[in-house]
Amino acid sequence: MTALFSAHQLAKRFGDRLVLQDVSFDVEEGQVHGIMGPNGAGKTTCFNVLTGRYQPDGGTVMLRGNDITGGSPRAIARHGIARSFQLMNLFDDFTALENVAVATRSLRAHGFGFWRDAMSAGDAYERADAILLRVGLQDKASLRAGSLSYGDRRALEIAVALAGEPVLLFLDEPTAGLGAEGIARVADLVTELKRHLTMVIIEHDMRFLFRLADRISVVHWGQVIARGTPAELRENVWVQRSNLRQLTC
Amino acid sequence: MKKHADNHLLTRPGTWIGLVVLATAPLWIKSVGLYPYLALEIMIWMMFALGYNLLLGQAGLPSFGHGAFLGIGAYAFGLLQLKFGAGLWLALFGAAATASLAGALVAAFISHRRGIYYALLTIAFGQVFWFISIKWHSVTGGEDGLLNIARPAANFGLFELSLKSNNALYYFTFALLVLVVIFLWRLSYSPFGRILQAVKQNETRAAFVGHNVWLYKFLAFVISTAVAGLAGALFAMAQQSAYPNVMSLHNSGFVVMMVLIGGGLVSFWGPLIGAAFFILARDLLGAYTETWLLWYGLAFMAMVIFKPEGIAGMWQSWRTRGNPSGTTA
Ligand SMILES: Nc1ncnc2c1ncn2[C@@H]1O[C@H](COP(=O)(O)OP(=O)(O)O)[C@@H](O)[C@H]1O
Ligand SMILES: [Mg+2]
Repeated sequence: MTALFSAHQLAKRFGDRLVLQDVSFDVEEGQVHGIMGPNGAGKTTCFNVLTGRYQPDGGTVMLRGNDITGGSPRAIARHGIARSFQLMNLFDDFTALENVAVATRSLRAHGFGFWRDAMSAGDAYERADAILLRVGLQDKASLRAGSLSYGDRRALEIAVALAGEPVLLFLDEPTAGLGAEGIARVADLVTELKRHLTMVIIEHDMRFLFRLADRISVVHWGQVIARGTPAELRENVWVQRSNLRQLTC
Repeated sequence: MKKHADNHLLTRPGTWIGLVVLATAPLWIKSVGLYPYLALEIMIWMMFALGYNLLLGQAGLPSFGHGAFLGIGAYAFGLLQLKFGAGLWLALFGAAATASLAGALVAAFISHRRGIYYALLTIAFGQVFWFISIKWHSVTGGEDGLLNIARPAANFGLFELSLKSNNALYYFTFALLVLVVIFLWRLSYSPFGRILQAVKQNETRAAFVGHNVWLYKFLAFVISTAVAGLAGALFAMAQQSAYPNVMSLHNSGFVVMMVLIGGGLVSFWGPLIGAAFFILARDLLGAYTETWLLWYGLAFMAMVIFKPEGIAGMWQSWRTRGNPSGTTA
């Protein structure tokens, strides 16, 4: 069986600095693939190259057998890949509900309807309601995104990514800046999402990742230095020697 | 669940107040010491500013050369009438179409930009059009412009309405403004409008959720310049001429000031308020002092510094006192 998604020998340089080299990984349908590594290792850059923000300097990206290497963010989104951002990236003046609704496929499909009311555009708002319920923001639907608490904004960040009904979801440090309670909330959400969705998650919280990921790639200096199931990685000499906690500062 | 602000025009008291004031203006304008032509000019600027705000307020795109499209509409109306004998409807339509074609040309060059680069390019294009209007004598009449543009009667099939008097042209413009208001209002609550507002807030994210950001910016420009062209045509009728000054950087700046003073960034109605305020201030201050623009400019700076949400913003914060969660339209 071929993987749902595969990145092959990705390379990215900024100026003369090689930030990604020879990064390859496959994601099977239904799996959660974790990516960990120290700050500045190139994890976010990897997402940026995979989701069209930057052009790769080498390598190929395949989704369901289609070559999507170097596509624009819009093209990649339309192929069914959605992502969240490490630094929050919302529509701050919109309500939580509008943030999600505007990211739905329904609204996109009616995007050039000049005369109809957005709220009756397909099922955009019904879907948005359902997604807010899923991430636990149903009571905050009519609040401005900019006025939400940090934890709620993180949840909304994921909700906006979910709105496009992706086949593959990339989450960039979904627990960044959250306390234990917030982390537990995201973990519950990811566990629930895992039932229907394939995901790639960058995460520095080890317990989070080792509990939820099926496979993990460890990235350091722009290279994958170790990979395996959580159980295999615990045994990995390199990972042990470099002291995981320190590695993932 | 209340999802977002009520979007029915006719349930708002402001709509009715505005309609009554505008509908009755010719009846009382003389008794407050003003004159019918002023009301007509305000109405035309209202249309121009409202169309402009689709770009600045809704899409967050700073076009600082928009006067060019007002001018192109005025010239196109004049030329269609003088050289091709076009009647009212065809000339109006042609003016809007010509301005939006010019708009499409400009938009094709600038829609991948934002912020200061976008603004600078719009200024540059505005200057190019202004330059053409002065130098292309055989078509535009150079510095003199096109003179003797008539105000053709409006033919509605069953009856004809003469537009020769300022009051008649005022009501005709009013009717068109109402149509423009309805169209732009619907647009702002349509999927297109929502996505445009999303692009304004976060262009990057809009692209990452799959929207064709370039195309939305492009279309916003084209629609906005079509409205500018229509306003320009009405201006040509009002002035019975079209001349380079209409597309000068001055007018481009005025429309920005109108929209900001009125509160176009926080309210759909801001541009209408701002246009009225601006033209009235020009006339009233202008009667006292030659340097009205200086005083106006200072007032404008004070506004931007202390109350950037403009007049509409003041009104909103007054209405929602003690209700900080009140969302704005
Ligand atoms: N747009 C950019 N231009 C230049 N350097 C960049 C850019 N984006 C990231 N980098 C550099 O690439 C390296 C990897 O960054 P990043 O992918 O954000 O790391 P992380 O693994 O913490 O997410 C860092 O040294 C960063 O400074
Ligand atoms: Mg990162």
